[in-house]
Amino acid sequence: MSIRNEPMVRVKKFADKSSLFTAEIRAEIDRWIAKYPDEWKQSAVMAALRIVQDANGGSLSQEAMDQVADYLDMPPIAVYEVATFYSMYELKPVGRHKICLCTNVSCMINGSDDILAHLQKRLGIGFGEVTEDGRFSLKEVECLGACGGAPMMQIGPRYFENLTPELVDSILDGLE
Amino acid sequence: MSDDAKITIEVDGQQLEATPGQMLIEITDAAGITVPRFCYHKKLTVAANCRMCLVEVEKAPKPLPACATPVTDGMKVHTRSPLAREAQKGTMEFLLINHPLDCPICDQGGECELQDVAVGYGSDVSRYHERKRVVRDEDIGPLIATEMTRCIHCTRCVRFGGEIAGLRELGATGRGEHMRIGVYVEHAVSSELSGNIIDLCPVGALTSRPFQYRARAWELSQRDSVALHDGVGANVHVHVRRNQILRVVPRENEAVNETWIADRERFSYQALQSEERIVQPLLRENGALREAAWEEALAGAAEALQAAGSGLGTLVSPNATLEEMFLSQRLSRGLGSSHIDHRLRQSDFRGDAEDAPMPWTGSRFAELSSNQATLLVGSWLRKDQPLLNHRLRQSVLAGGAVMAINPVDYDFNYPLVESVVTRPSEMVSALAGVAAALGADAAGVTVEPDATQRAMAQRLKSAGQGGILLGVAAHLHPDFSLLRRIAANIAEATGCNLGLLPPGANVAGAHLVGVLPHRYPGGRPVEQAGLDAMTILAGNCKTLLLFDVDPEFDVANPALMKQALAGADKVVAISSFDSPWLREHADIVLPLAAFGETSGTLVNLQGDWQSFCGVVEPKGEARPGWKILRVLGNLTGVSGFDFLSTEEVINEIRLEAAGMTPDNRLGTPVSTLKPELSESDELQRVGSVAIYDVDAMTRRSPALQATPDAWTPGARVHSSLAERLGLVAGDEVRLSQAGCSASLPLQLDDRVPDKCVWLPMGSPGSENLAAGFGPISLEKC
Ligand code: SF4
Ligand code: FES
Repeated sequence: MSIRNEPMVRVKKFADKSSLFTAEIRAEIDRWIAKYPDEWKQSAVMAALRIVQDANGGSLSQEAMDQVADYLDMPPIAVYEVATFYSMYELKPVGRHKICLCTNVSCMINGSDDILAHLQKRLGIGFGEVTEDGRFSLKEVECLGACGGAPMMQIGPRYFENLTPELVDSILDGLE
Repeated sequence: MSDDAKITIEVDGQQLEATPGQMLIEITDAAGITVPRFCYHKKLTVAANCRMCLVEVEKAPKPLPACATPVTDGMKVHTRSPLAREAQKGTMEFLLINHPLDCPICDQGGECELQDVAVGYGSDVSRYHERKRVVRDEDIGPLIATEMTRCIHCTRCVRFGGEIAGLRELGATGRGEHMRIGVYVEHAVSSELSGNIIDLCPVGALTSRPFQYRARAWELSQRDSVALHDGVGANVHVHVRRNQILRVVPRENEAVNETWIADRERFSYQALQSEERIVQPLLRENGALREAAWEEALAGAAEALQAAGSGLGTLVSPNATLEEMFLSQRLSRGLGSSHIDHRLRQSDFRGDAEDAPMPWTGSRFAELSSNQATLLVGSWLRKDQPLLNHRLRQSVLAGGAVMAINPVDYDFNYPLVESVVTRPSEMVSALAGVAAALGADAAGVTVEPDATQRAMAQRLKSAGQGGILLGVAAHLHPDFSLLRRIAANIAEATGCNLGLLPPGANVAGAHLVGVLPHRYPGGRPVEQAGLDAMTILAGNCKTLLLFDVDPEFDVANPALMKQALAGADKVVAISSFDSPWLREHADIVLPLAAFGETSGTLVNLQGDWQSFCGVVEPKGEARPGWKILRVLGNLTGVSGFDFLSTEEVINEIRLEAAGMTPDNRLGTPVSTLKPELSESDELQRVGSVAIYDVDAMTRRSPALQATPDAWTPGARVHSSLAERLGLVAGDEVRLSQAGCSASLPLQLDDRVPDKCVWLPMGSPGSENLAAGFGPISLEKC
């Protein structure tokens, strides 16, 4: 017996794909599907989850994951497996600005604890929580490869390095 | 190197022959060399994630997993060298870090692979003092108990879902420390083979729920038996303690069930302890049944049977053993009546004269896996014969095509390449279209084939190995004779095998020993054929002998049965289970030993004679069927009933049925067949049999009845029909058929064709209606 390497598809394909997502989202997922052989469209699952997460306010609901499964004709559990494996998929709602604070070795040595304490005091939330107004959420992350600028955090696509409490304040003040 | 070249490897100094491409563990297993493992299973793909099978391979820089290391010529392997031992011990230590070690309260204790391997490779004290992880349990249904903290992430259960059940329900979510096995969104698993993950799970994470906390493995004794819910005859081990069957598990038989059994074979034993077991002979006195002694009851039965003579009609369950079948027909014929039948749910007997001598799958079960094209006609193979469906699914994985002509869009765990879903009345013409596309005789039905039918014909024709399988719904169809005739013509025109898959565990056996009105044992024709099951019930026999029949649910037409019972002078029932209609109408009830309580033989649909012993004493005063029949034979003075054991009966059967082998060839065509169902606008009932309503035992197993596959009482129609009738799901509707009616909740199911009502035989409420197939009307109550 050899290790089987075949698509994990559903027997009954989901017929009405046009009822899923929006036309733009479908077009964007289709762009990813086109990169793989026809029978391997499930390979687009990671991209599809990212696209849907972005369109969904930064997190994935179970319905959103089920729709991805329907769209790619995968068993839903196979989508849950991917979504729960990678830490950048959010399974609970996040704030408008997701603050990812690195607490790995370099950042820790350079004072990420103080940054965390400051963030917690200012926002009134801990890791994994969202401020009441839905503006910020805080997430602990492992090394983001910016040790040269430790301590650091990431908000949206941007890195902020060499953080001090004052710098953090000015960064947060600049976000609506 | 060519594929079949043999190579030699050396394991622990022993020279072993191997085929290139085989994994090392296959060679060591075959040679009886122990290599510990958790994730490897010979029927599943290799995951190589537990690392328990590490062995030392010379020239490799580090230990290699035997389950994922292909053999190469001259390979030198050490399974017990210091390096190998150290690797194995290390893995064991890691595996136990998060395991709760709650063996004293774990059902798996005593038969646990983790326990066993830990004894050999673990250490007595753990060096791990930190906190262990805990995993929340999910409720995955009434069959399987979970305790996921015990899981060691071997993923056997996950792979089983994708590879064997064909339905991915369990998965590994999360990562690292947080990885867990489960369904993620809680629901009852719905595979009809789900129970197999109980056996696959090497630890106590997945265990049998009905068996939970009932017994310890070492208190059980293991006996062999054969399951009796379909024509596969899956081999099982029955686990017994203090004369009670507590569990049923698969017994490996590569040619029959491989290592699997279906859930109904695993859990139907629950019915043995049902309140409805009959444990004492019963006699009617002053209008009511009272308990009686065996002598009295037997004398009464003998008297009734003898008085009946040629007016006796005998209905025998298609699950009865070969011995019981043989003796029942000998009894009936000895008394002068050939009115005996086992085809209780069949309604079309017009083709009896051309009946195949001994119906079977048309090929060995294993050969189904290499079919290139298969046409299913009236078959929900997945639920009707789950293990044959598993074989056919293998053919799909190997690139074969499966097609279907069905009265419901049954779901399969593989895609159907071509599929026709029609009302029952149009199934004949759909199949005739395939025949027409091949230029084959369509038994007088003229149709112009459409594209689908041509495609089906083409696939069957071009297949090097193909099959056309007539399933349960086809056998129960009012135009079964036509369907069978046309299918036979298609098989001949394409060179495909014709397979007959009727309901019942011993249909081939019934043909062997002549539990048929028109055949004697050995298939010899009866000059003056007796009456078939339907005609017996149509008021033609004043004395009825029911052998292991639930009158409400085991026949094609309960309305006929009800009339027959009411109109009969005498009703003698040999039965394991009580039922309201027996209470009301039976004059004598003789308690029958059920599954596991009698010795006997079943002949499966590939013609294997499988004998088994009784493993427990019959409950109460119940007695094995062959003994009851023997005494009745003696008391009625019929000769040839001097058997002392089932072996003696079998020996006689071997003589009488000598030379009979499975054979689906039909006789000279009956010329006058016309479609019975008309394609009118009336609503039609679709009434095959639901998976857990097939027999008295599955209907009385609480666990099976709690699964998603159990038929929830109700009638199912397409949503568009409901809309036209102004009905919504849940509405109580009155169904009427041939003068009888029942009210049931309406369910919407778009798998049902328009103008049809899906209501299986044997389902709750169906006892108040008539034929499983045919016109039906429906209105809001
Ligand atoms: S539940 Fe059992 S079979 Fe499934 S992964 Fe865990 S240990 Fe393996
Ligand atoms: S059995 Fe080889 S790694 Fe699990």
